[in-house]
Amino acid sequence: MANDLSMKERLALGRVHMPELDAAVRSRNFEEVNRGLGLDEAVQEAKRCIQCKHRPCVEGCPVGVSIPEFLDALAAENLPESARILQGDNALPAVCGRVCPQETQCEAKCVRGVKGEPVAIGYLERFVADWAMCNAEKLAKTGLPPSTGKRVAVVGCGPAGLTAAGELARAGHGVTIFEALHDTGGVLRYGIPEFRLPKEIIDVEVSRLVAMGVEIECNVIVGKTLTLGQLREEFDALFIANGAGLPTMLNIPGENLKGVYSANEFLTRVNLMEAGRNPNASTPIIAGRQVAVIGGGNTAMDCVRTARRLGAERAMIVYRRGEAEMPARVEEIKHAKEEGVEFVMLTAPLEIIGNDAGWVAALRCQRMELGPPDESGRRKPEAVAGSEFDLPAEVVVNAVGTSANPLLTATAPALELNRWGNIVADEAGATSIPGVYAGGDMVRGGATVILAMGDGKGAAAAINNHLA
Amino acid sequence: MFEILENEILAPNLHRLVVKAPRVASARKPGQFVIVRADRGDERIPLTIGDADPAAGTVTLFIQAIGASTRKIVDIPVGGALRDVAGPLGQPTHIEKWGRVACIGGGVGTAVLFPLARALAEAGNEVTTIIGGRSDKYVILADELAAFSSEVLITTEDGSRGRTGFVTHALNDLIADPARKPAMVVAIGPVPMMRAVAELTRPHGIETVVSLNPIMIDGTGMCGGCRVVVGGESKFACVDGPEFDGHLVDFAGLSDRLTTYRSFEEQARHAATECRLAKEVANG
Repeated sequence: MANDLSMKERLALGRVHMPELDAAVRSRNFEEVNRGLGLDEAVQEAKRCIQCKHRPCVEGCPVGVSIPEFLDALAAENLPESARILQGDNALPAVCGRVCPQETQCEAKCVRGVKGEPVAIGYLERFVADWAMCNAEKLAKTGLPPSTGKRVAVVGCGPAGLTAAGELARAGHGVTIFEALHDTGGVLRYGIPEFRLPKEIIDVEVSRLVAMGVEIECNVIVGKTLTLGQLREEFDALFIANGAGLPTMLNIPGENLKGVYSANEFLTRVNLMEAGRNPNASTPIIAGRQVAVIGGGNTAMDCVRTARRLGAERAMIVYRRGEAEMPARVEEIKHAKEEGVEFVMLTAPLEIIGNDAGWVAALRCQRMELGPPDESGRRKPEAVAGSEFDLPAEVVVNAVGTSANPLLTATAPALELNRWGNIVADEAGATSIPGVYAGGDMVRGGATVILAMGDGKGAAAAINNHLA
Repeated sequence: MFEILENEILAPNLHRLVVKAPRVASARKPGQFVIVRADRGDERIPLTIGDADPAAGTVTLFIQAIGASTRKIVDIPVGGALRDVAGPLGQPTHIEKWGRVACIGGGVGTAVLFPLARALAEAGNEVTTIIGGRSDKYVILADELAAFSSEVLITTEDGSRGRTGFVTHALNDLIADPARKPAMVVAIGPVPMMRAVAELTRPHGIETVVSLNPIMIDGTGMCGGCRVVVGGESKFACVDGPEFDGHLVDFAGLSDRLTTYRSFEEQARHAATECRLAKEVANG
């Protein structure tokens, strides 16, 4: 144990701060906002962990990373060991260290958070994962496990699919991931912007899986290119993790005007296709000097911050409840505000107004006020009579949510679905078809990267049992 | 990578590519399309699958080079490859026996029409084909279509081949003749042409199917970029279509959305032309 500090000294250490790019500079480029910790800072922060016996942080982590152990090795400056532990538990630690909402997961359970600030587990996970990426030659080589001769197909190359693939490959199964798009990562690639998650990180994490023997076939749309039935004949088990990529429409007049995007289209153009951020990319995007993004989640924050970087003078969040009710992470809201995003709260869109040439000119809105709590405990927004007003906008982005894409399930009638079209799966991920497992947003509806990864890890364990 | 086995010029700027894509070739049905990307950094472009040979593992694509990206695709020589070919996508054509059917193709739409017309003929329909172009050299696949059509009517705007005028003129004649009046019409081509056909058949109550060509990105229903209004409802052409009831389609809305990126396309075309000129100058 890295016990060169007494408990008292450990408890006296304050939480480290994440260095960030200056807001005025970063709001005009796509560089990563959070810059990462230095070695000294990381080691000191790791020493803040008191190595408590009951390890509540591990329970708070959906993939069950051995947090005290990797922090202990980091505190002792044994980075190869720290990386070995971390990578053994988590297929995508450099991703999780960046995009997980640690404040509601591992760090929420940290004992040090009871009186003071929790250990910055996310920052340290990122530090160790990034170190491992740059120092691959210092890591112990782990040989491939003996082959079981069993083959597993994974549908979807997002966080759930990648995690499951890593676990299954580690168990010695032959794993093939089928991905509909031309590149890997799912929402990590097309949804989360470069300034939160540099795309090179996905490439490196994915290449680690490929080195473990995972095969990835892009441009295969299960349900179209191959059916679920064909996959079942060819493979011993299946894991379906094709996400919840169907945009919910606003259903207000003017939705089909030029300059109205779904969040998925807006982000896919910029993130996957590199529109507006790589001068050599051939996919265009309508940037807009005034942009209104409708919604209050992390996707809305990603869209509005992207709009700023594409050159918007006024980038606005339009949300029907108040800031306290926003589902977005506090850090995202803070970053957006620092970057000059305007928050138009308690405001609901009524209509998108166009000009004579069919382009968006304004978003017609009305003011809302919060009524008494409804049966779910949330205060319901109610329209204020006569409060209509127009927000000038050239681009409107709809970030109110997504639902289950029926493309795969429509061709697999034996697969039981719930009334929202999501696949019904038990806690281990087992579906109504034996040998077919599912997880991530296709089961949960729109949730988080880390919950999807937890599903992938759980389903892989269930598949390992099933194939044993 | 998806190897290009054949690259033939059918008409000015219109190429026929045969591409090795075994999984797509096996799964494909008439009416479906693929999303193609020439190389890293390039945009994703929807192209109808003109034909497929599952045994050879190939699909045939017809591409009209109208912008920088399509130009780049048709310029790939035999032996070269497309980086990405994803599909088959969209709903297959609904084929049944209507009796007498008119299949109408305009420009590159004729190539899109071809597999569909053949499937209709194979289902026992009596197929009359009407194809049109600006002039003779833009009229394609006439002989291939004649192989299963009861008659092929050709129209050109300048009168250089067949009847002078538009495909709607020839269709008007068919409808007026009780012995030739179709029970169903399929029209595939530029939006104004499909719209004109739908307006012509509407008062006669003739079922009319059109194949729409909105802007697409993923082609799998995840972005809604290809949405079109059909019967007052928003539909995603990539998953609900691309074929729809022509009498219910909001063609004006479709035309308008198709102009969204016009200024970008002009810039890209301009840049591509300048590059070629610069190269020619540099090469003396």
